[in-house]
Amino acid sequence: MSAVLQSLVNQPYKHGFVTDIESDIAPKGLSEEIIRLISAKKNEPEWLLAFRLKAYQHWLTMTEPEWQNVRYPKIDFQDISYYSAPKPKKKLASMDEVDPELLRTFEKLGVPMHERAALAGVAVDVIFDSVSVTTTYKQKLAEVGIIFCSISEAVHTHPELIQKYLGTVVPVGDNYFAALNSAVFTDGSFCFIPKGVKCPMDLSTYFRINTEGSGQFERTLIIAEEGASVSYLEGCTAPRFDTNQLHAAVVELVALDNADIKYSTVQNWYAGDEKGIGGIYNFVTKRGLAKGINSRISWTQVETGSAITWKYPSCILRGENSVGEFYSVAVTNNYQQADTGTKMIHIGKNTRSTIISKGISAGHSNSSYRGLVRVAPTAEGARNYSQCDSMLIGDQCGAHTFPYIQVHNNSAQVEHEASTSKIGEDQLFYFSQRGIGAEEAVSMIINGFCKDVFQQLPMEFAVEATKLLSFKLEGSVG
Amino acid sequence: MINPNSTPILTVRGLRASINGTEILKGIDLTVKSGEIHAIMGLNGSGKSTFAKVLAGHSAYEVTGGSIQFEDKDLLELPPEERARAGLFLAFQYPIEIPGVANTQFLRLAYNTVQAQRGKEELDPLEFDDFVREKMKLLEMKPDFLDRSVNEGFSGGEKKRNEILQMALLEPKLSILDETDSGLDIDALKIVAQGVNQITNKDNATILVTHYQRLLDYIVPDYVHVMQAGRIVITGGKELALELETRGYDWINENNSSIAGVLA
Repeated sequence: MSAVLQSLVNQPYKHGFVTDIESDIAPKGLSEEIIRLISAKKNEPEWLLAFRLKAYQHWLTMTEPEWQNVRYPKIDFQDISYYSAPKPKKKLASMDEVDPELLRTFEKLGVPMHERAALAGVAVDVIFDSVSVTTTYKQKLAEVGIIFCSISEAVHTHPELIQKYLGTVVPVGDNYFAALNSAVFTDGSFCFIPKGVKCPMDLSTYFRINTEGSGQFERTLIIAEEGASVSYLEGCTAPRFDTNQLHAAVVELVALDNADIKYSTVQNWYAGDEKGIGGIYNFVTKRGLAKGINSRISWTQVETGSAITWKYPSCILRGENSVGEFYSVAVTNNYQQADTGTKMIHIGKNTRSTIISKGISAGHSNSSYRGLVRVAPTAEGARNYSQCDSMLIGDQCGAHTFPYIQVHNNSAQVEHEASTSKIGEDQLFYFSQRGIGAEEAVSMIINGFCKDVFQQLPMEFAVEATKLLSFKLEGSVG
Repeated sequence: MINPNSTPILTVRGLRASINGTEILKGIDLTVKSGEIHAIMGLNGSGKSTFAKVLAGHSAYEVTGGSIQFEDKDLLELPPEERARAGLFLAFQYPIEIPGVANTQFLRLAYNTVQAQRGKEELDPLEFDDFVREKMKLLEMKPDFLDRSVNEGFSGGEKKRNEILQMALLEPKLSILDETDSGLDIDALKIVAQGVNQITNKDNATILVTHYQRLLDYIVPDYVHVMQAGRIVITGGKELALELETRGYDWINENNSSIAGVLA
């Protein structure tokens, strides 16, 4: 492959700094004691501790899955610290009291909270390691009855909601990493949109893993009541360490009758260096329950980082006429591996789902699409359309597609299309013969390839995603 | 047209090039002056398409000897995009498909890149749209073609027209048309030839690489060169092409020295 392509993919990770903040870290290892410690640190009610311990007991009986198309050395779960929180000097009452060092970190990340919140009208809930630092715009949201806060805060202020919904979409024993998360999750975001309310702004969370050797196990729960709608944005970065860090999050969405939840992710965790050393293991369970009639769950993800990405944001379409959508761009470079896709479970009548997946592989990386479309016997008139496109940059990388289709109702219509293309020397030569340099050419091809997904992103995220991709693939050509 | 006072645009001397260690071009000499149209003819495998690609800077070929002067520049020193920006244009024999990239977007980027290089004004999408539609009339192209992906699903004729459209937009100093006539029916050939004729003037020059005389009925060359085994073996006027058409390429081998005498 041309040197042009090589250098375009190889750009240094620019979020690889560590913030020097004193952290409150739990000793490494996982045991009932540690779980009790986490629960105690967070001053949790008894029922939540019981939830954690049940998950832990489940986890102990499970084995780490090996079916996914990724390779990594066994994780030593006793070598991870399950709780790390920046030590606050005192209780925070407002943004101004947040540790300035921490604020500078967010500035570096390009998340100037004040500005971002004010200019873009985005409310940001920031998760730093495991504790939610602050939530902006809370008051404005509260006026229309929206609750947007850290999940540990919600445990105290709205225990009835948490108790009602936590673990209902992703049960404690759902899978190995979800069980682990249920046992040790330290924080995350909680969002509740009451009946009939359209959330007046996009809600946003920024995740960042700062402490070496710590895992991040955040838990997000979003509820949209009858007729409510919300667009939620999630961004992720992590500093550069030579050791691998585990990120095992769980996200649960519940949409009641006529409710609409749109969840967008731009994931740029540290991916390891060009030899494949270090980087985040991103093993995440994301699932939305379209519980009510005419409800809609829409996932949009742009996955550019992590040494290993392993996740399947899914929709359970239980309500009649409910809609599930999955739009994904996954970029892998160097020695990154991604096994990602979705599950669309059609249960209700006339449920519809759309899957648009774009995988881009460069360097020595491997990218797999894995998707399940299941139509239950009850899902009269269900429809699915899936499109999985892969693009290869260079000739050392791989792209794979694993579609699983299970149809148990004869009235269902399921379509699947797939394609594989390659940015070849001849395409680049064509561009260059028209005066267009390789970097611009690759960025144009990639953006064209991802267009169907990018147009699903909220405006500011779309701009960010476009930049991120160019940046990610910059230097892979040259 | 030939004008004794015009200046050379391209001067090729002793050019040798190989691919994967096999020598294809074995010493080519060619001078192209402004206002001139040159036809390079030859059988498949004679090296004529390779010559076109080497001029444009395709990285698969290694230049092993000789020189290429393009106006005041040493062409071999320049990467392909800079050759293009300097005014060298290659209309491809097989234009490649670029899925997902809208033609209009591609054309505008190419146009603005060249404009910027020449210190001229770049056009925004709306201005460009008016501009490109004018040029498209020249080639009798349908407007929907702007929204389609570059060359994707185009018929052979549409691809070739797209190449000539780009030539019309970029206003190159030197255009190299590599087998532009192949795969065109007679109507499309006329349209393409008409387009090329409108673009050529006394300040630019054209090299037509072709297998057949057919194209030369519509674009009349000032010089015809015949390539064989990586060399130009004979050069003449437009009548040489007609001779080749009736007598075939073998005729050259049999009569090489005598024809050269006739045409000299």
